[in-house]
Amino acid sequence: MFIARINVTLKESVLDPQGSTVKSTLHELGENSVQDVRVGKYIEVKLDSPDLETAQKTVTSLCEKLLVNHVIETYRSEIIPG
Amino acid sequence: MKAAVITFPGSNCDSDIARVLSDFYSAKVDRVWHKDQFSEKYDLVILPGGFSYGDYLRSGAMAPFSPVMKSVKEHTDRGGKLFGICNGFQILAEAGYLPGALIRNRNLKYVCKTVGLKKASDSNKISGKLGKDQVLRVPVAHGDGCYFASEDIRKQLKDEGRILFLYADENPNGSLDNIAGICSPDFKVSGMMPHPERAMNPITGEMDGKTVLDLVIGA
Repeated sequence: MFIARINVTLKESVLDPQGSTVKSTLHELGENSVQDVRVGKYIEVKLDSPDLETAQKTVTSLCEKLLVNHVIETYRSEIIPG
Repeated sequence: MKAAVITFPGSNCDSDIARVLSDFYSAKVDRVWHKDQFSEKYDLVILPGGFSYGDYLRSGAMAPFSPVMKSVKEHTDRGGKLFGICNGFQILAEAGYLPGALIRNRNLKYVCKTVGLKKASDSNKISGKLGKDQVLRVPVAHGDGCYFASEDIRKQLKDEGRILFLYADENPNGSLDNIAGICSPDFKVSGMMPHPERAMNPITGEMDGKTVLDLVIGA
């Protein structure tokens, strides 16, 4: 069994109004070292795969097919034994 | 005219569009559940507004995998018209029928109001017949209606006359280039965020939605 931790974020070229709003609020709190904030989503998938390589292939396929919209989003994933 | 209106779990404008199709166009309208498939030869298939699959993951992301979409593909392969309204537009973008994506409104607010729409160019086979300064008043109601596509795609849409409508006076969602709706290269598939079916009531006098549907159905 494996657990895939997938982080999906908007591409740099896509305006992220949630991130901008959070950044403004952090600045209002005096956190002026904050340069940029991007808000994304975290998806955790439990996989019944025989080995890490197969799990990795499955995760790529899940992201290609449904989990990520490549027009606007990008992602990174890590897979750990679960 | 024979039309099909697809209902996904979470669709909520399906009855509205089905009613205006039968009331104003004497259409024979079939309501099709998303888990079913159809072999009937329809002139028009509608993907209605609403919140298919609760907008979970992304608006319109899950609906393309409903069984009915196989029949929808056969319908468009036959040259049938396919029209997506609001969530239907989001589904068409997610399914790859139309380029780009509909993302969160720029001000992060759900917007529900009547906006002005105008044609983008004479070369659009659907809206091109509108007058140069003609503005149609049609309601919008959405949280994810900001049209996004790369500059290249937007240029291509413009060059090919594939922009269905532009927001005329105010842009309610931050949509790039004020795009409110777009079409496929052959103009058979079109999608828009505003709801024409909500501006088709002789009692209130709001009838600009009928002009929109006349154009879509007539093209």
